[in-house]
Formats: sequence, C-alpha cells, structure tokens
Amino acid sequence: MSMPYYMSPEQVMKDRADYARKGIARGRALVGLEYLDGVALVAENPSSSLNKIAEIYDRIAFAGVGRYNEFEQLKISGIRHADVTGYQYSRDDVNARSLANSYAQLLGQIFTHEMKPYEVEILVASVGVTALDPNRLFHILYDGTVMDEHGYSVLGGNAEAIGDALEGQFSEGLSRGEAVRLGASALGKPDDRTLEATQLEVAVLDRGSGRRTFRRLPVAEVAELLAG
Amino acid sequence: MSVDPRADVGWCSLDYAPPTMTDLPLPVFGAGDDPGASFSDLLRRRTPHLLPGSALPTAGGDATPHSPLGIPHGTTIVTIRCRDGVLMAGDRRATEGHTIASRAMDKVFPADAHSVVGIAGAAGPAMEMVRLFATELEHYEKVSGGPLSLEGKANKLSQMIRANLPAAFQGLVVVPLFCGYDRRQERGRVFRYDITGGRYEEADYATTGSGGVHARNWIKAFWRAELDRDAVIDLSLASLFQAADEDSATGGPDLIRRIYPSVVIVTADGIATVPEEELAERASRLVDTPALGGPRRVQAETEPSRAPDGAGVTTEVPR
Repeated sequence: MSMPYYMSPEQVMKDRADYARKGIARGRALVGLEYLDGVALVAENPSSSLNKIAEIYDRIAFAGVGRYNEFEQLKISGIRHADVTGYQYSRDDVNARSLANSYAQLLGQIFTHEMKPYEVEILVASVGVTALDPNRLFHILYDGTVMDEHGYSVLGGNAEAIGDALEGQFSEGLSRGEAVRLGASALGKPDDRTLEATQLEVAVLDRGSGRRTFRRLPVAEVAELLAG
Repeated sequence: MSVDPRADVGWCSLDYAPPTMTDLPLPVFGAGDDPGASFSDLLRRRTPHLLPGSALPTAGGDATPHSPLGIPHGTTIVTIRCRDGVLMAGDRRATEGHTIASRAMDKVFPADAHSVVGIAGAAGPAMEMVRLFATELEHYEKVSGGPLSLEGKANKLSQMIRANLPAAFQGLVVVPLFCGYDRRQERGRVFRYDITGGRYEEADYATTGSGGVHARNWIKAFWRAELDRDAVIDLSLASLFQAADEDSATGGPDLIRRIYPSVVIVTADGIATVPEEELAERASRLVDTPALGGPRRVQAETEPSRAPDGAGVTTEVPR
C-alpha cells in the first residue's frame, strides 16, 4: 500500500515561487521609465515581431517578461477587459489601477490553484492626462503581488543590478531621448554590454499624441535617440 | 484493498477543483472557446446584452416597414474618391418624421487611422454600430498586432449590417457608407451597402440617405479623375447643397447658425478633418456662386398672378 504523503504549504509555495523565479530569470529584462511627457518602455528583445510591449488602451500599456505565451495571454485578457469596459461605460472609465488589480487576482489564483504558476512578471503603465495627473507603474509578480512604483520599474532577470544602475542616474523630468538612453544603458549594465537599437524594443505612452498615446518606436528612431 | 494514490494527497492535489477562470474579472477563455481578435465575438461570449439589437423583440408583433417611432434619422452622406485618397462628407440634419430633431448632428466618424464611416438611417442603432465597428477595428489591431486590410474592414461592416437585418425589418434601417485609404493598393476606395449587408465597391463615388440621389447626380455630372483637395471639398459641399435644395430631410450649410457639413479627407497620412473656418469660407463662396453649384437667385418681379378667368386677383397689397 502506498503511503499518502504530506507536503507543507510553506514548501509548496516556496517550490512554486522558486520555479517561477527561475523561469523569469532566464528571460531578458525590461525597464519602464517616466519622462517629462510620458512613460518610456525599453525591453531587450532581439525579435522584431514577437513583442514584449503592447498597447492596452488609450493611456495604458502592457509589458511582460518571462514565458512569451503566458504574458501574451495576459496581454490579450487585458485588452479584452479594457475594451469591454470602455465599450460598456466610457473610455474614461478604463484605468490602470483596476486593470492591475484584475491581473493580480488572476495571477494570484493561478499561483495558488494551478499545477504550475505563470513564469511572468508584468508591468501595467499608464500616462496621466496632464503633467499634474500622475503616471502609474504597476509592477505585478508571478504570485499576484502588486507594487505601485514611481519613477522607474525593472522587470526580469538581473533586475537588481539594473535597478542599481538606474538608481543613481534616474531623475525626474528626463526628455524622451534621455529616458530611452538611460533605459538602454541600464539594461546592458550587468554584463557591460552596449545594446544596439536592433536588440531593443522601445515604445512610449506620449501625453501629447492624441487619444491613443501608445506608440512603438521604429528601429531607426531608436537608433537616432541612442545616438543622442 | 487498493487505494487511489491521488485520493489523499492534501490540498495541492489534482482533485482540487480551482475556481473556473471565467469567474474572474479578467476574461480568460479555453482554447475551443476563444473569441480571437474579434470584439463582437468577445461580447457575444462575455456580455451578450451589449450587442446591438439584443433588446429587440425576437418574434411576433407587427413588423412595420416604416418606423412608427419618433426617433431621429440621419440623412445624406457622400463619399468621393480624389487624387490623394478619398473624401467623406455629410449634412448635419437629423429628422423625426417631419420635425428637425437636430441641426448639428455629426454623421461622419473616423473608424480608425485610415478609414471613415458615415451613417444614414435610424440614428441610435447607427451610432451604436459605428461605435462597435470602431472598437472592433482597434481591438483587432491591438490583439493581433496589426490593422485589418481595408477589404477586411469593409467586410466586417457588412457583417454588422447583416446582423442588424431583424431591426431593419422593424423599421430601424441603418445604411452606412464606408471609405478609406488602402495602403496596399495605395489609393482611396469607397463602399456602399444595402440593408442585407450587401457590400458594393464603387469606382469613384457613392452616396446614401434620403438626399443621396440628388447629391449623386451632381457628383456624377462634375466628377473627374485627379480632383485635388480644393476641388473635391467644393464638389462635396455643392452636392450636399443640391441635396438640401431638393430634399427636406437634408440640411444645407447654415450660415446664420454657422453650421456646416462635416467633411473629412483620408490620405496615406491618415484622416484630416476639414476645419470649420475653411468650410465656412467655402460655403459662403458656394452660396454666392451659381457656377459652383450654388443657388440661382429667384426673380421676384414676376407678373401678379391672375385667376383663370382674368378677374384681376392680385397679390399686391391694397393701399
């Protein structure tokens, strides 16, 4: 007769968290930075067609690191959530906070109840309507932990080293070019690399660009910004 | 006695049934049920009551071909292909029966960055259709990572009009026009529809609404290839003026209240709305210039009308 076995909840959670963290650490990192007129998202991503950064709604962007299929699914859920809310009520009623909460609920449920936790970290960023209206950077972990971050946010492998690189150099009121340059240099910092425009995926939420503030920057424009 | 090894493995066992994902606020679907990039399919699965027409009585009742309800109707829309793309213009009047419901209704809406839809017919369902259509295009673009082709957009609109057919039989007819800049073929294209969702691509221009036939005749007489921006705007204003001149449900340029037709132009660079000041200037020039399609002055000094027997009935005011 086989013995029923017991696993302590602490052990189960720890194993799952380790599993998720290992998966996330394998991927390349991503940073989100506030600048004068918006929020810049800079990801190390050699693929030009499989994106880590995406538009969710007029003022909200999504960025994910870790397993592509998992954060892609989260991205689509977020777009659906936002579009249905905006269609049902009004475009003004879609906000990053409620979306971040929904993501946290979903990831928390999956972490505790599914066989395998999601190996992802995601960022829900939004840009304020005016310069006085604060931008938001909600950093959400694989287990549903939400962090409301200010200034900048780092996701993925080597996050600590990249965060250290940013900490000294980030300041409020950067220009868009400065923000992208700072993000790119911080991403390369841990192993002293200089990232080229082709290795980066860059998008911005730009306050001044009409209703849909999200814009993906083409490689040529990123190269121009990196050159200064 | 054999014991199922999975029977007693604690709360992380496979037998534990997690709450289904559809209970959560974020929409998550199983592989067989996923609506893909379509927003209407998403609504159908998640919030079917939000779909247009969901509140209509489904059977019975007296279906009347003409809406007995006092709801606003939009009237004339024109779309004209030009050198750099395509133009769409609409008058601003909405009517409820013989009453003017609105003098300043906008009936021309950008659907996305390179296409425009203009509505004629029952205003409520039409505006709902436009809103759903615009959301649909944006949703597709965000979920799948790129916009639909112009052909794809035109077909999508056709399906939405077909879905409105039960409402159309009850008198809530919606007949939009659709135009856009086709970035693959590098030219403007125009589409018109019938109430069954029939989609007809027109070579150069299309019109819809109660004044559409008058506007179309004017455009037909004066359209030529290679119309530039100035010429195509003037042609659209003149055609709407002609429609307003013949059709009581179409509003002409209202110089007193400063209400002018809405005019947008779609080119490779996107959608540009013609600014109001420019429309004001063009409209005033139009009403002063019969050669442009403006009104001819009616001669007031005609002979006093007489009764058939010549009894000398006069319209002159007796002194």
